[in-house]
Amino acid sequence: MRLQYPTSIRIIEVPCTGKVDILHLLLAFEQGADGVMVVGCMEGDCHYMAGNLYAKKRVQRAKEILDQVGIGGERLAMYNLSSGMGGRFAEIVREMTGKIMELGPSPIRMATGTAPRASAEVTT
Amino acid sequence: MTTTPSKLQKMIASGNFAVTSEVGPPRSADGQVIEHKAKLIKDYVDAINVTDNQTSVCRLCSLAACIKLKLMGLEPVLQMVTRDRNRIALQSDILGAASFGINNILCLTGDHQHFGDHANCANVFDLDSTQLAMTVRMMRDEGKLLGGHEFEVRPQMFIGAAANPFAGPNVELRAARLGKKVAAGVQFVQTQCIYNMDTFKTFMKICVDRGLTEKCAILAGITPMKNVGMARYMQKRVPGIDVPDAIIKRMAGVPKEKQAEEGINLAVEQIEELKEVPGIKGFHIMAIEWEEKVPEIVERTGLYPRPQLNGG
Amino acid sequence: MIKAVPKPLEEIIGRVQDSNKVLIAGCDGCVTVCEAGGMKEAKILASALRLYYTQAGKQAQVDETSLTRQCEKEYLAQLSDKIDGYDAVVSLACGVGVQYLAEMYDNKIVYPGVDTCFLGVNEERGLYSERCQACGKCILADTGGVCPIARCSKRMLNGPCGGSEAGKCEINPDIPCGWQLIYERLKTLGQLDRFEKPVEPKDWKTSRDGGPRKIVREDLRI
Repeated sequence: MRLQYPTSIRIIEVPCTGKVDILHLLLAFEQGADGVMVVGCMEGDCHYMAGNLYAKKRVQRAKEILDQVGIGGERLAMYNLSSGMGGRFAEIVREMTGKIMELGPSPIRMATGTAPRASAEVTT
Repeated sequence: MTTTPSKLQKMIASGNFAVTSEVGPPRSADGQVIEHKAKLIKDYVDAINVTDNQTSVCRLCSLAACIKLKLMGLEPVLQMVTRDRNRIALQSDILGAASFGINNILCLTGDHQHFGDHANCANVFDLDSTQLAMTVRMMRDEGKLLGGHEFEVRPQMFIGAAANPFAGPNVELRAARLGKKVAAGVQFVQTQCIYNMDTFKTFMKICVDRGLTEKCAILAGITPMKNVGMARYMQKRVPGIDVPDAIIKRMAGVPKEKQAEEGINLAVEQIEELKEVPGIKGFHIMAIEWEEKVPEIVERTGLYPRPQLNGG
Repeated sequence: MIKAVPKPLEEIIGRVQDSNKVLIAGCDGCVTVCEAGGMKEAKILASALRLYYTQAGKQAQVDETSLTRQCEKEYLAQLSDKIDGYDAVVSLACGVGVQYLAEMYDNKIVYPGVDTCFLGVNEERGLYSERCQACGKCILADTGGVCPIARCSKRMLNGPCGGSEAGKCEINPDIPCGWQLIYERLKTLGQLDRFEKPVEPKDWKTSRDGGPRKIVREDLRI
């Protein structure tokens, strides 16, 4: 569709958001991510039946953990869209980028004073 | 059936309807409350139950209150739950009660502490109500404790229990359970308060058919409704009580200021109806925090004055 | 199996916040099955603690491992070469494992990372319920395979009580009345006559009430 969206985003593809574990989300922040988005299919349309529902629960838990350890759960978000919704994708990336810019660099980056390392590759 | 000095047992044996009621002790050390409540009802009943930390709310203990009633010259029924005391304490309290000449005991398991003011306590439930009845019978008839110790001066207790025809799983099993309690030594029963007459009459029929009513005196439980709010509360929020919608409708159909009167009318009607049911040997009127209405109910149902028995 | 739940993260942070080198020790036994303290949970907890320390400006190292079982000395022994440097261990095993680990490494501060709850079944993933109270004298043969000590809130042996309504326990409509279950099972088995005879008081000596328990199997010991 050749839509413009911020280059601040690093996309990691998985066959289903059900593959994403709480640990992957936390490790991303450990390794310097300022924000993490989990983008899954529309609820009810998961190709693997309920993968995106498990992802929803894991994102909720990870957000709680992030709040409890002083990172802030608002830096993690889950969105649901179909693969045909290119325009919506660009929109949510803009939205998330805007939110993270407002929140500033993650407390991990602030505390270590380092540039973010290369994001962890999630091999699926 | 063992005979004891119990005046309640004598009244039942005389063939008259027995009448009992209850006083709830205060949540303080104020013994005057017991005296006051007892005086309101004493001429209208054959025996007075004292509840034992009812609904798991910590109150002045039943044993102390029963001793006070005994010293007032009245006939107490010691209610005893197994929730709070192990077999050592239960037997100990029975010996204590007997040492004051208390002759009636109601053996109960007790409401779970979830309902009370100390929901985070440990519970005991070393015994259940049936096992408590077995224990009292052994103490009375054999002069023996559960641990084997034998003793001379025995409690002379008329053994009672509760029966709830309205609880699960079904009326047949509730009657079978009463049969089990009778086999364990229970001589009289005070039922849960009755609103569903059909279910209760079915229960009584099964008890009669099983021969239970010859071994055990069943006293029908009556609780007058103060207002429609109380009726609704009991229907929705109290497990084991069955309040038919017709009762709610009747209470609701009367203006607020007349509801208390209607509740008393209903209680009176229930007693009159139950007098005709085979196997009913009396009535247990539970007018919780409404003890002052007991006289009226007893009078209006022709149960006053209480028969004077020889030596009683 | 033993069922446990993870302790609140704040509670664990409260314990280790001043430590410098923490080992999270998971267990591949019961706590893995109920997803409270296995390797996966150990990794998540370790990552969460690293995030905590880093954002708080604290230098601390957090490592994770998981043992086959923590209730067995030969598996606990596998920690012996690595446990030295740690100033705190968070054991995600059940209460049994935490204690055994602490006993073997008695100079180490060991914190529990889960709350051990009961002996129970997996009804579904994430839904566990209690079945056994380990009373030490099993009566399931007399109650149609349903235990009144574990499943009746009042552990009655002559139930049901007067608060049993519509098959539910008076204290919580999510709890089935244990005696309703026994009744239905005995009915299916044609053993309803068991309701006729009073059951005698239980000997609680074999239960917790008799004091901490021990089994000595002379047939297994040389």
